[in-house]
Amino acid sequence: MELVNIFLKAAFIENLVLAYFLGMCSFLAVSKTVKTAFGLGLAVIFVLGITMPINWLINEYLLSETGPLGFDFSFLRFILFIAVIASMVQLVEMVIEKVSPSLYNSLGIFLPLITVNCAILGGSLFMVAREYNFGESVAFGLGGGFGWFLAIIAIAAIREKIRYSNVPPALRGLGMAFILTGLMGIAFMSLLGIDPAAFK
Amino acid sequence: MAEVTTAPAIKEKEPLFGKKEKKLITDPLTDNNPITIQVLGICSALAVTSLVLPSVVISVAVVFVCAFSSLFTSLLRTRIPKSIRMIVQLVIIATLVTIVEMVLKYFSYPVYRQLTIYIGLIITNCIVMGRLEAFAMANKPWRSFLDGIGNGLGYGLILVAVALVRELFGKGSLFAGSAAEMKIIGASSDYWINTAADGSWFSWYSNNNLMVLPVAAMFIIGIFIWIQRARNPELVDIS
Repeated sequence: MELVNIFLKAAFIENLVLAYFLGMCSFLAVSKTVKTAFGLGLAVIFVLGITMPINWLINEYLLSETGPLGFDFSFLRFILFIAVIASMVQLVEMVIEKVSPSLYNSLGIFLPLITVNCAILGGSLFMVAREYNFGESVAFGLGGGFGWFLAIIAIAAIREKIRYSNVPPALRGLGMAFILTGLMGIAFMSLLGIDPAAFK
Repeated sequence: MAEVTTAPAIKEKEPLFGKKEKKLITDPLTDNNPITIQVLGICSALAVTSLVLPSVVISVAVVFVCAFSSLFTSLLRTRIPKSIRMIVQLVIIATLVTIVEMVLKYFSYPVYRQLTIYIGLIITNCIVMGRLEAFAMANKPWRSFLDGIGNGLGYGLILVAVALVRELFGKGSLFAGSAAEMKIIGASSDYWINTAADGSWFSWYSNNNLMVLPVAAMFIIGIFIWIQRARNPELVDIS
C-alpha cells in the first residue's frame, strides 16, 4: 500500500515537471505533437525506472559509510549518478535508432539530452534526500516517469488543439507553450500548497 | 629537385576572426538564442532567476564551461567512439564545473556558499551538452570555442533580463547580496520609494509574490518570445 501511495504521489501531486519544474527543455521542445511526445515519455519512464534502483544500489553499497567499502564517498555521487544515467540513455538511443528511425529523427538532439534532463538526476537526488528503500525507489522512479509522461502528453494535446485557435501570430508555437506550462504549474501549486518558501 | 621542396603548396588560410566567426558569437544573442529559439537551458533559467546576482554568476560560469567544453570536445571529436560519447562529454563538463566551483570558492566564499547547489546544476544544464551534440561534435576547435562563448552569452542575456524583472517586481530590490545592492521600492525607510510613509504616492503598491515563484519565469520568457517574434516574424514556427 505504501508503494502505491508513493507511486501516486510522485505521478500526480509532486509531479516532476509541473510541480518542481524539472526536465523543462525537452518538455517544451518535443511537445509539438502527441506522437513524438508519447515516444519521449516512454523513454523517460524507462530511464527513470531503471536508473533509480541502480542509483539506489550504488548509493547504498558504494557511496555510504555503512556499505562494504566503509568510507563516505558521497562526494562522488553526482558523477556516478550521471554516468549511470548517461549509459542508460546511450542504450535507449541505440534501441530507438534500430527500432524506429522516424521517432529517432523527430526527437533529434533531445534524445541524447535525456541525459541532462534534470528530472532524472533530480529524481535520484530526491530519492537520496528522502531516504527511500529499494522498493520505494522503484515505485518513485516509475511514478515520477509516469507523471512526466502524462504531463508531456497533456501539453502536447493542448498544443495540437490550440493550433486552430486565434492566438496572436508571434505567440504561436513556443511562446504559447511557455504560458500554458506556467498556467498548468499554477494549477499544480494548489496541490502542493502555495508556500513561496517551498520553492526558493 | 630541391626546388620542389622549397615551394610548399599554398594552403588557403581561414581567417582567424572573419565574418563567419563573428556570426557565431552574435547569432545566439539574437536570432538563434539558446533559450528563446533553441529551447535549451530552461530549467536553470527558472531556478536561478529570482535574484540578479546568482544569475550573473551562473551566466559567467556557463560561458566558461560552454566555451571550454566545446573546445575540448571538438579537439577529441574524431577520437571519441560513438557508443560512449555521452559519458565522455559529461566527464568533460563535470570536470570544468568542478574547476568553476573551486575557483569561486577561492575568490568569494560567501557567494560560493549561496550558489553551491546552482553551480552543480550546470552539469545538467542542457545548453552545454546541447551545443556539444549539435555543434562541437562536427566542427573545428576554434569555431566550436566561439560558438560556446556565443551561446553562453545569449543564455546569460536572457537570464539577467528575466532576473531584473523578477527581482524588481518580486522583492523591490536589485542586485541584492552584492556590493551594488539597490533597494528600490518597499514598505520601510531603507527603500528609495517607501510605500509605508505617510502620504506616499505609492501606498497602493506591494511586491508581487508570484514573481518569486518559478512560474513567473515561464510567463516572462513567454513574453520575451512574443516580443522577439513580433519583431522578426521569420522566427515563428507554427507547430
